Amino acid sequence: MNVTLQHLTKRFPARGKKGEDVIAVNAANVEIKDGELLGLLGPSGCGKSTMLNLICGLLQPSEGRILFGEDDVTDLPPERRGIGLVFQNYALYPHLTVMQNILFPLENLKGPDKLTREEMRERALRIAALVQIDGLMDRKPSELSGGQQQRVAIARALVKMPRVLLLDEPLSNLDARLRLQTREEIRRIQQETGITTIFVTHDQEEAMSISDRIVVMKSGVIQQIGHPQEIYDDPCNLFVAKFLGTPPINVFRGEVRENCLYIGDAVVLRLTNTPDCSVFVGIRPEGFVPDADGALVCRGKAVEVMGRDVSVVATHEALEAPALRAIVSAEEVRSRDAERVAFSLKPHKVLLFDRASEERIPFTVRED
Amino acid sequence: MKRNELKAWLYLLPALLFLAVFMLYPLVDVLIYSFEEGYNSASQSYTGIGFYNYSYILRDPYFLQALKNTLILVFITVPISTALALLLSVALNSIKPLRRLFQTVYFLPYVTNTLAVGMVFMILFQKTPYTNGLVNLIIGLFGVAPIDFIDGPYAAKMLVLCIYTIWVVMPFKVLVLTGALASVREDYYSAARVDGTSRFRIFRRITLPMIAPMLFYLVITGFIGAFKAYSDAVAIFGTDLNAAEMNTIVGYIYDRLYGDGGGYPSYASAAAIVLFLIVLTITAINLLIRRKKLEGGGVQ
Repeated sequence: MNVTLQHLTKRFPARGKKGEDVIAVNAANVEIKDGELLGLLGPSGCGKSTMLNLICGLLQPSEGRILFGEDDVTDLPPERRGIGLVFQNYALYPHLTVMQNILFPLENLKGPDKLTREEMRERALRIAALVQIDGLMDRKPSELSGGQQQRVAIARALVKMPRVLLLDEPLSNLDARLRLQTREEIRRIQQETGITTIFVTHDQEEAMSISDRIVVMKSGVIQQIGHPQEIYDDPCNLFVAKFLGTPPINVFRGEVRENCLYIGDAVVLRLTNTPDCSVFVGIRPEGFVPDADGALVCRGKAVEVMGRDVSVVATHEALEAPALRAIVSAEEVRSRDAERVAFSLKPHKVLLFDRASEERIPFTVRED
Repeated sequence: MKRNELKAWLYLLPALLFLAVFMLYPLVDVLIYSFEEGYNSASQSYTGIGFYNYSYILRDPYFLQALKNTLILVFITVPISTALALLLSVALNSIKPLRRLFQTVYFLPYVTNTLAVGMVFMILFQKTPYTNGLVNLIIGLFGVAPIDFIDGPYAAKMLVLCIYTIWVVMPFKVLVLTGALASVREDYYSAARVDGTSRFRIFRRITLPMIAPMLFYLVITGFIGAFKAYSDAVAIFGTDLNAAEMNTIVGYIYDRLYGDGGGYPSYASAAAIVLFLIVLTITAINLLIRRKKLEGGGVQ
């Protein structure tokens, strides 16, 4: 089932006489393909949960349409859209057992969809086996661990065979170890059922690791939509570049003058066909190559050994943050102390953004 | 841990002393009185020990009338007031506009004075030389002959007392249930909505089980409170309740101590012990039912 959002907007009226309306979602246009696992990614308050609630039907949009396949569901209440929703706090009924929780949605089916008791039980057990909680059916939610509750919530959402599965920050209530395990589970379940799935998260690593595509949002506006690697390598603006990637991208103030990229007074890259402008220079941690004759000279602060790689922490006057972090392979690092560390740059890991608009500027490196 | 325990007992001591002196001692004392036959308060002597007091009151028509009145009052007003309070609080919960106004209106009876309300009820129901009372005026419009609610047939008087009692106890229950309803997390309702649950089903399978502890509390305290009814009856029918056939157990106890038939602390004690046993039994039954319900859990 593919999902289309057309010019979707949600406005919340201002409180009191002063102040403006809050536009939680601003003219969103997204086409979600059938069977896709889509991540809605962004910082707190960017509108991603609001967008999920609009797709679900718990909120009505101020403008725009939502389509499931060919059907316009914008005016339909949530129960008639055919969605399964997993809440951030799971919302499992505490007075019912796991089995009863999973059966609950099935008991609401009426008319031609109505199932017999045996059919309901059989379906519930099948879904429970899929999420691997079939041994826990008689327990109450308070007797389950966080990860188990999570899986029960997913089972309850899936048992009605929804057209679209929605998850609101599914991993934020879990501890770090469980998070890695559970996100793989979500991926596995999604692939086995083939249901179009949309999940909301503020953790970019989580979004990048399991999504087919990511929608990056900021203040209600969609910044970029694409495959994780695409968004990482080719961000459309400084916000997206800074949001994705661990450790985060290092941002310098720079200038392009006469086809040379300057950071401070040093020419770090030679370019062609690139007009003059003030820029932010974003360099990914893996874009630094230690080079005694390198153009970018920084003051070294620390060298952290990570086994396979080494993390070099250094400062530079043109740096926007207090320190930069470069990931280099252990063999490339000669000396450990070094007050003065010099780097040359890998051109494809250097991203230029206009200083004023923060939009990405394409450039060409001079080949010679 | 010994030192901490000692400290704990020290802190508890004043309250324990208070309880012992004002609650335990009187209870034991009353129990003893109830077994002392032929007690003479002037000489503070008694003629024997036995069940004579109990057999006396169980044959006393005034006690039996009071017992009957109290039981009717309890088993009518507690279920009705609790059910009505539940209905009201659910209704209040589902309206947004004017909710505060209605909550205030429904809570007003709680802050009123029993006797003042009794007087108002007399105006509504009483037949005086000048008027038949407001209620009689209204039912007169339907062609029904005026009923004397205050001095007339037993059923009419009981009806007034029940209405009055329900009216007075409901606000507190509405308050408690409104709080209980508000404490149910919105998430559960959203989850049920997404699953297409009908409103009746949401109420029966989600709301009710989640406020069940509060409902049990209200039922138990409701029963206990209703068994102690007395001031309500006095407010409507005056202090001579025996004449009006509207006495309650507590009223009987008071009468036997200080009233017209008074000066018989042993009979009063026996009646008090009987009341104690009844309330104890009802409470035990309630608690047993509660345990059963909570272990059974929300079954289909």
